[in-house]
Amino acid sequence: MDVVNQLQRQFIDYSASLHREGFLDDQFTQLQKLQDDNSPDFVVEVASLFFEDCEKLINNMARALEQQQGVDFKQVDASVHQLKGSSSSIGAMRVKDVCIAFRSFCEAQNREGCLRCLQQVTHEYSLLKNKLQTLFRLQQQILAAGGSIPVVE
Amino acid sequence: MDSCNCIEPQWPPDDLLMKYQYISDFFIALAYFSIPLELIYFVKKSAVFPYRWVLVQFGAFIVLCGATHLINLWTFTMHTRTVAMVMTTAKVFTAVVSCATALMLVHIIPDLLSVKTRELFLKNKAAELDREMGLIRTQEETGRHVRMLTHEIRSTLDRHTILKTTLVELGRTLALEECALWMPTRTGLELQLSYTLRQQNPVGYTVPIHLPVINQVFSSSHAVKISPKCPVARIRPAGKYMPGEVVAVRVPLLHLSNFQINDWPELSTKQYALMVLMLPSDSARQWHVHELELVEVVADQVAVALSHAAILEESMRARDLLMEQNVALDLARREAETAIRARNDFLAVMNHEMRTPMHAIIALSSLLQETELTPEQRLMVETILKSSNLLSTLINDVLDLSRLEDGSLQLDLGTFNLFAVFREVLNLIKPIASVKKLHVSLNLAPDLPEYAIGDEKRLMQTILNVVGNAVKFSKEGSISITAFVAKSELLRDSRTPEFFPVPSDNHFYLRVQVKDSGVGISPQDIPKLFTKFAQTQSTATRNSGGSGLGLAICKRFVNLMEGHIWIESEGLGKGCTAIFMVKLGIPERSNEPKLPFMPKVPTNHGPTAFPGLKVLVMDENGVSRMVTKGLLVHLGCDVTMVSSSEECLRVVSHEHKVVFMDVCVPGMDGYEVAIRINEKFTKRHERPVIVALTGNTDKVTKENCMRVGMDGIILKPVSLDKMRSVLSDLLEHRVLFEAI
Repeated sequence: MDVVNQLQRQFIDYSASLHREGFLDDQFTQLQKLQDDNSPDFVVEVASLFFEDCEKLINNMARALEQQQGVDFKQVDASVHQLKGSSSSIGAMRVKDVCIAFRSFCEAQNREGCLRCLQQVTHEYSLLKNKLQTLFRLQQQILAAGGSIPVVE
Repeated sequence: MDSCNCIEPQWPPDDLLMKYQYISDFFIALAYFSIPLELIYFVKKSAVFPYRWVLVQFGAFIVLCGATHLINLWTFTMHTRTVAMVMTTAKVFTAVVSCATALMLVHIIPDLLSVKTRELFLKNKAAELDREMGLIRTQEETGRHVRMLTHEIRSTLDRHTILKTTLVELGRTLALEECALWMPTRTGLELQLSYTLRQQNPVGYTVPIHLPVINQVFSSSHAVKISPKCPVARIRPAGKYMPGEVVAVRVPLLHLSNFQINDWPELSTKQYALMVLMLPSDSARQWHVHELELVEVVADQVAVALSHAAILEESMRARDLLMEQNVALDLARREAETAIRARNDFLAVMNHEMRTPMHAIIALSSLLQETELTPEQRLMVETILKSSNLLSTLINDVLDLSRLEDGSLQLDLGTFNLFAVFREVLNLIKPIASVKKLHVSLNLAPDLPEYAIGDEKRLMQTILNVVGNAVKFSKEGSISITAFVAKSELLRDSRTPEFFPVPSDNHFYLRVQVKDSGVGISPQDIPKLFTKFAQTQSTATRNSGGSGLGLAICKRFVNLMEGHIWIESEGLGKGCTAIFMVKLGIPERSNEPKLPFMPKVPTNHGPTAFPGLKVLVMDENGVSRMVTKGLLVHLGCDVTMVSSSEECLRVVSHEHKVVFMDVCVPGMDGYEVAIRINEKFTKRHERPVIVALTGNTDKVTKENCMRVGMDGIILKPVSLDKMRSVLSDLLEHRVLFEAI
């Protein structure tokens, strides 16, 4: 039991830090609320989907921005929009903020700005991915030890 | 001369007399000997002859007589004593046998005589049997004819064929010269010659029906001989010869109503036709009894066949009439259906078309009210708002009424605070009442439950309407509103005998009485009150406005709530009381009221608030789609996900109650989809509620959403609580303009 408590406290602390540092926002908490006995891996599934989506979109954007002759800003904008939607759905606040900035550069058709944002997005995304994976590992450890995931308010 | 012992005859043999005697004796002997031979011969020939012994005797007698006479021949000349001895012996024998025969004959001759009488008797009997046979044969012939005739007559159901066949067959069977049928005319006062056998086209004679001879025929069920000179028999042009005998018989014309179940048809109400049959003229034929019987039987059969034909004709006519009526009814029904459908389509379109601008006007005016305005501008905006609210109410009334009539309106049941409803009504009515200086009092019975299950909005609408009417039609005085639970003894009201409310454990009947001291209503106007668009004609009411729909709508709402509404008034100037009873449910203790409390929803994952609600989610973004789905699944909905507008339009059906649509993705026109969905579902209640999910709620997006007829906007991201409250609002009101 002690192990479980310890793990749980670790989990709570880690979650809180993620929220504090702005990686996750309230939306993520909402997602966690949706997890119940009917869909026990809901958050993990959503997160995996998000990661796949992100990678695809980032690749699209990279390819589009690499075009030496005219960059198709519309396409880039579409991808950024998607990414913004996905990140706000999952509660990835920092990614979302970058996307907002990215969009204004797209509208201004600023290739440099876009490239910079793309870099930032990629960076934020990998950070988030690591952090979430850590979080999920903690969850699994708790479950394996026979405890239950504490609800973070 | 002495020793020859001969006897000498008395007379000399040469005498002439002796000669004649000799010859006669000879012939007698011959005859006497031949008679037995003949007898034997003929008796041998006939097998039957009972008196053999007599014959033998008789034969013996004759033979001996013959022998005697033969021997006598010898006595004419001189003859010996032997001959005389033989003669004597023969004579003696003959005498014995003759006497015996004579004695025997005394016994036999009566027998023989009786044989004769028996023979006569048998001959008579045979003649009689012959006669009877002849009779039977003729009867059988007659029977056969009748059967054949009947068969011919009954093989058709056509009246003319029946009659023609009858005449033809009768003519053939009885070898008639002429056969005619007289039918009564429509007036019943004359008989008209309708059918004849020989003449192709009957001339259309008529004779009055009350001739004595005709009466005689009609009053008897038998065939009656009539004189050839009477008018009905004078069909043929008068010939040179003596007309044959004429017989007439009545043919009853039976109607269906003539047949009683248990007794034979009444004779008094019958109509008869007359059949006249004429034997060939110049023949010495007379009507035989069996022929008359044949005629009577045929007449009866004809009557039955005719009545069958008549019944058939009538039933076919009735069936044709029914078919025509059916076709007409069908057409009328189809026309009515088309009219209803056209009206519904019109209403549905008008509904949407009218409501959309109304919403725009009302929403924008209210928004305008919030901005900074000069007092005049404010006044103008308030007037705009008031008028558009009135118009909106009117539109809603009309649309509600038509939906009510369709039967397509369903009550939105929910738990609500009954007291609050009454207080609300009171608050709404107080300003107007105080302007008119009317005193309004509300009296709620102590046993009235505070919460009830029912359609709060429509109950309030009904109470408001009734109270509003009371206020409208009262110039002064007071209005009193009482509400209490109707008890079972009071439930049955003598004024509403067809209304039998049955209270049960989880329902109660709310009875509301609104009494005013206004102009009252005259008794003859009371039934008209609840009809649409009808208003009493007094000028006071004309000026008060209103469409005349209010009470009609109230009545329908009350009926939907399984209740009854009526108005009592003692007459003009004496005020009136409106009373209605509706059935409401009693909420269970554990039910928390949903409105208007809007409590903080508990954060446990337990309660699924919307079990089985079918929802369609359209979003291109996989992640946000999954999140939205998770939200809805968590709330118990049955979620279908689509990722493109084509798929959405393909999948959407009337089973989906809500459609969540992401509209801020550039390149995918969620608005277009909304328009198409609106087009696809013409009836408003079939259409799913369309809610836009969007990341920004700037004015443009809002306007676009309103324009395409969406029912609401939600700002992404959506929290669980927000989604829950959004769904509950949507399902209550079907309209949610914005939820941020």
